[in-house]
Amino acid sequence: MLIMVFAEQRQGKLRKSVAEALSQGRRMADTSHDRLFVSLIGSGITGLTKELIKYGADEIFFTDDKDLSLYDTERYASILAAAVREIQPNIVLFTHSAMGKDLAPRVAERIGAGLASDCIGMEVTGEEVYFVRPMYSGKILAKVRITTTIKMASLRPNNFPVEEKNGQGQIKEFKVDIPAPRAQVQKVNLQDTARPELTEAEIIVSGGRGLGNADGFQVVAQLADVIGAAVGASRAAVDAGWQTNQHQVGLTGKIVTPKLYVACGISGAIQHLAGMGSSRCIVAVNKDANANIMKVADFAIEADLYSVIPELIKKMVEVKNKS
Amino acid sequence: MKIVVCIKQTFDTEAQIALTEGGRIDDHSVLFIVNPCDEHALEEGIRLKEKKGGQVTVVTAGGQTAPKVFQHCLAMGADHAIWVNDPNLNGADSHSYAVVLSRVLQSLEYDLVLCGRESIDDKSSQVPARLAELLDLPQVNLVSALSVDKGKAQATRDIEGGTEIIEVALPAVFSVQKGINEVRYPSLRRVMQAAKMPIKTLSLVDIGLTAKEVVPFSVIEKYVLPKPRKEGKVLSGDLPEVISQLIKHLQEDAKVI
Repeated sequence: MLIMVFAEQRQGKLRKSVAEALSQGRRMADTSHDRLFVSLIGSGITGLTKELIKYGADEIFFTDDKDLSLYDTERYASILAAAVREIQPNIVLFTHSAMGKDLAPRVAERIGAGLASDCIGMEVTGEEVYFVRPMYSGKILAKVRITTTIKMASLRPNNFPVEEKNGQGQIKEFKVDIPAPRAQVQKVNLQDTARPELTEAEIIVSGGRGLGNADGFQVVAQLADVIGAAVGASRAAVDAGWQTNQHQVGLTGKIVTPKLYVACGISGAIQHLAGMGSSRCIVAVNKDANANIMKVADFAIEADLYSVIPELIKKMVEVKNKS
Repeated sequence: MKIVVCIKQTFDTEAQIALTEGGRIDDHSVLFIVNPCDEHALEEGIRLKEKKGGQVTVVTAGGQTAPKVFQHCLAMGADHAIWVNDPNLNGADSHSYAVVLSRVLQSLEYDLVLCGRESIDDKSSQVPARLAELLDLPQVNLVSALSVDKGKAQATRDIEGGTEIIEVALPAVFSVQKGINEVRYPSLRRVMQAAKMPIKTLSLVDIGLTAKEVVPFSVIEKYVLPKPRKEGKVLSGDLPEVISQLIKHLQEDAKVI
């Protein structure tokens, strides 16, 4: 199977989940001794090719232009669609991110391809590929078959193992006439934080109604910083105005699959579980032993979070200082 | 200003998911609602209409509960409702729906097309972008704030770790999400009025499409239940002891820190 990966980057930095898509693409290409192509689009991005090769890129089509420094749907879609037409891959992989959600369906419709979004797995049997994706808040998994010749999929971050395996690493400039976009980015506002981004974080500490007030998030953030985590929130905490929408984990917020999810004062409504229920390890701290979250947690602590978290911070600092 | 809002009917979020004997999703006795993000799209459309004047048309394709779901949309403040209902839409995917919606839109006048960022059942988040492509319109997805002035819109789009401010010439397609507005509760008077408002029902033939043109690009072969999580441990006792236990478990068993 000829595989192609769209290597998502912003401000000259590849998204972490690009390595996941490349590794998955490499594994699939290897089953049929085929090649792994990569499309890299941006401005001043040729330095990124090394990293792409490290995760298996055989041939990189790069389009480098100062007009491409900020992502916009129309220009990126034109370039990517042209690259897909030239390479004629069997499968095109994206990351299921803000950019992937915007770009993948636009390109898919342009070239007449089916797209399985937000996949957590892929099953290859002979020539057939089944794309595994959660539906109905993760209550069920659908195995999707795409009927078009070119098949597209976007991958949920933190669900596909990363492997370093050098590809052949040929690099080719891919020039396309770029039309001026009708939708133009005027300004980018990025939060100034050293914390990992929520959907790609390996550890998340989340707070809910049980925090009692907005100040509770200071304790949550303290723990997050000690263990290198992102900060999440339940819908209740967001609706109370204690956190911004960007931090909401759940059905109408972000879907996350970290290695460790620490839920502080979160009851575990079905809508919240939809967002974090497949985390590898769940720790719940709640005063109510009957709260839903306590039933899905791998480790449940029935106690006041304001005594548990400071103690946890203290002990984690000790652990860190020892190592 | 003419605004079209695309709506999907979805299972209530609390619905239990069961499979039929044939292995498909059992939708009997399920409560259908307007997909939550689409409700935000409709609210945004109605607010724009209230500010600038104009009309809001809601459109949906497929589903059997459209009349009930539409009544809620009309009660909220939509002016017209169009339902494309056709047996050939069984098994439709995002591409099929985008084709149907694009065909309906081609017969309407509009300045803005508003959609939800994704449906909570399928969560594909594909229809708005596919629709924009078919109509050859610009798109802005994941919008959390929107303003319209003199044939242009300014939208705030959420990206990882921040936002982008995007300016776009109208007409354009927007997909919106929670945070953009608070959805209103319709008054009893509006609910009564909405019950009497007409719903325009169209078949594929009515909008000039053949069954072949809506053949899906993807098919769900099989549904499987996710593996249940392993039974968890309740840690109890003296607090410092509990925390030490927890850290030990995370380091040695779960190997996550």
